[in-house]
Amino acid sequence: MALINIKIEGQPYQVEEGLTILEAARRCGYNIPSLCTYNHGECSLGSCRVCLVEATGARGLVASCVYPVNEGMEITISSPKAVEARRFSVELLLSNHNQNCQQCSKNGNCELLLVARQTGAREGVFQGAKTPVTVDEISPSIIRDTSKCILCGRCVARCQNAHGTGILGFENRGFATIVGPAGNRSFSDSPCLLCGQCVSVCPTGALMEKSEITKIDEAKKAGKFIVVQTAPAVRASLGEEFGMKIGTPVTGKMCAALRRLGFDRVYDTNFAADLTIMEEANELLARVKSNGVLPMITSCSPGWINYCEYYYGDQVDHLSSCKSPHEMEGAIIKSYFAEKNGIDPKNIFVVSIMPCTAKKFEKERPEMEVDGNRDVDCVLTTRELGDLIKRSGIDFAKLPDEDFDQDLVGTYTGAGVIFGVTGGVMEAALRTAYYVLEGKEYGPIEFHQVRGFDGIKEASFTLGGVDIKVAIAHGMKNAKPIMDDIRAGKSPYTFIEVMCCPGGCINGGGQSFVRPNLLPNEDVDILDTYKQLRANALYSEDERNTLRQSHNNPQVQQLYKEYLGEPNSHKAHELLHTHYQRDRVRFK
Amino acid sequence: MAKLNEAAVKQINAIVDRHINDKTPLMMILSDIQKEYGYIPLEVQEIVSERTGLPVAEIYGVVTFYSFFSLKPKGKYIIGCCLGTACYVKGAQQIIDKFSELLAIKPGETTEDGLFTIDALRCIGACGIAPAVTINGTVYPKMSVDQVSKVIDSYRAKEA
Repeated sequence: MALINIKIEGQPYQVEEGLTILEAARRCGYNIPSLCTYNHGECSLGSCRVCLVEATGARGLVASCVYPVNEGMEITISSPKAVEARRFSVELLLSNHNQNCQQCSKNGNCELLLVARQTGAREGVFQGAKTPVTVDEISPSIIRDTSKCILCGRCVARCQNAHGTGILGFENRGFATIVGPAGNRSFSDSPCLLCGQCVSVCPTGALMEKSEITKIDEAKKAGKFIVVQTAPAVRASLGEEFGMKIGTPVTGKMCAALRRLGFDRVYDTNFAADLTIMEEANELLARVKSNGVLPMITSCSPGWINYCEYYYGDQVDHLSSCKSPHEMEGAIIKSYFAEKNGIDPKNIFVVSIMPCTAKKFEKERPEMEVDGNRDVDCVLTTRELGDLIKRSGIDFAKLPDEDFDQDLVGTYTGAGVIFGVTGGVMEAALRTAYYVLEGKEYGPIEFHQVRGFDGIKEASFTLGGVDIKVAIAHGMKNAKPIMDDIRAGKSPYTFIEVMCCPGGCINGGGQSFVRPNLLPNEDVDILDTYKQLRANALYSEDERNTLRQSHNNPQVQQLYKEYLGEPNSHKAHELLHTHYQRDRVRFK
Repeated sequence: MAKLNEAAVKQINAIVDRHINDKTPLMMILSDIQKEYGYIPLEVQEIVSERTGLPVAEIYGVVTFYSFFSLKPKGKYIIGCCLGTACYVKGAQQIIDKFSELLAIKPGETTEDGLFTIDALRCIGACGIAPAVTINGTVYPKMSVDQVSKVIDSYRAKEA
């Protein structure tokens, strides 16, 4: 890449050609106040006018997020003209904004609040009418409050870029413009996956998960026996809630925090991930042997299940009938665990800590219960757990490293840990499939063919004389061509892993926000690297684990021996399997 | 949500067929649907979405951006009141208000009997005869508030 000479505030610099002023300035050590977090075209339309600067050769002030640097350009960020213009832009945005910042759940992560401070926006400069407000609190997953929306369009771009579903769009015109699902419907009344990717990118509190923190207080007051479980991806992100570097694994501190929050048992959903592998691998082998419906597709990701039901309802027979791991864990806690401990399942309250907003919806599905007991009672996102810990006055960084409770359903293998990253379920399944079909463990343990962040990954294996061709997709845009092939009857695959969010659960809609302008200690290219950093946290825990194949989980073996019989037994089906909707209505 | 009948689905698909190979077919498709089907409800937008691959939300955004497009059926007679600068200074606001008062609907709405819709138009290029009103293509030049009830009555008489 050719280098060019520019000056910022009179100081000479060499930067790569083709960068925007904003990017170039950041590399030279200047953070121009901006609402756009350099997020690869998701928002960089230059329309908010927050990042205005003076640049030689340009007529008037320029939006630094879209204006490219060129040879000899002199950029001034601090001139009174630029300072006043940026402040003016922010004051205009604030004039149509709900200013209940204290109570807003985005407090602490709000980019609008940050630029208001940076630009010195004054109170009450523009007063007058405000755009009529819609607050959608109907879905169990996401709240949309248009009074906080600044019409930046990041959510619109993310939904379309990640999934091709384009649930969100701009509606109406001029002052009446809002962002929402078609017809200003609720997310519940649209074919929305509830994945929360829109929440991940919203700069304000206009899109937020629906908090369930108070349910825990209620359960405590009611004297419930509260069991908490954590998804693998949570440990790769939770530290970020407390200012730690992205990718810091915090498994030990998380366990310690959960114990101090008063949960009666602290378990890892990874136990159920191992259980999922036992059920799913055996389901696959049964389908292969009996000429059942193939390819079989994983069913761990509730956003993906929503996508399949809404857009490929005619193909739901390809989905594994396995419930997602946390639902399995809940069902086992309220049956096996309850029996062993002599606790009435009606008195057990299961809390799942998930990187996901769609899990909040999933737990509400009518089929997710056994004998009238809901599998899972409450789902908190990684961010909500961060809030809960802060609310309780726990100094997270100073906590000792502790372990999950080890009784009955406490152990887990490295195969379960990697469920949280794209390709992880496939790799875990392959480790066990190899053992079942070859009669021995796979020597190198790891299947690197299925790792990485390519949108669609493929690999072929011959295991015990059985040819297996697999594919992995993440982001529904990548699942679409695979599903179109299946519908056309020309899919070459045996087994497919699909995860809704790009990168898998480590980048789930419930994970900590990655906002470069709010993360001064991260590298400038953090948006390119954070997924890998979080994935590394999981792969390293897998490496450290002495047990690395799901079938070697001694407590899973015990569970089958004492309670379930064998994988896919009648009892296992009753507790661990589910069914899907063929004709889910897209627009209600 | 209401389901479209088979004939309507066929009609919409035929309109889409006309333009589907254009580089950017959406505006032409919506324009023809508005003219021929009369309005563009969400069920119709879903078909357009399936065919063009554009998200429903984006199509909905276009339909609600342009005042020419309508989400609801329009009346048999569409009263277009120009509110462009010239018409406005010549009292067009009072004229559209009078239509609203007599028909008991707001601009953009349709009377319950399905007979009249009031559309607020921006400049229609007839500034020389301001304030101008058009009803299904017929131009009423230099309208006055007093004429409004007579004009409405003339259309009601046609229906009687």
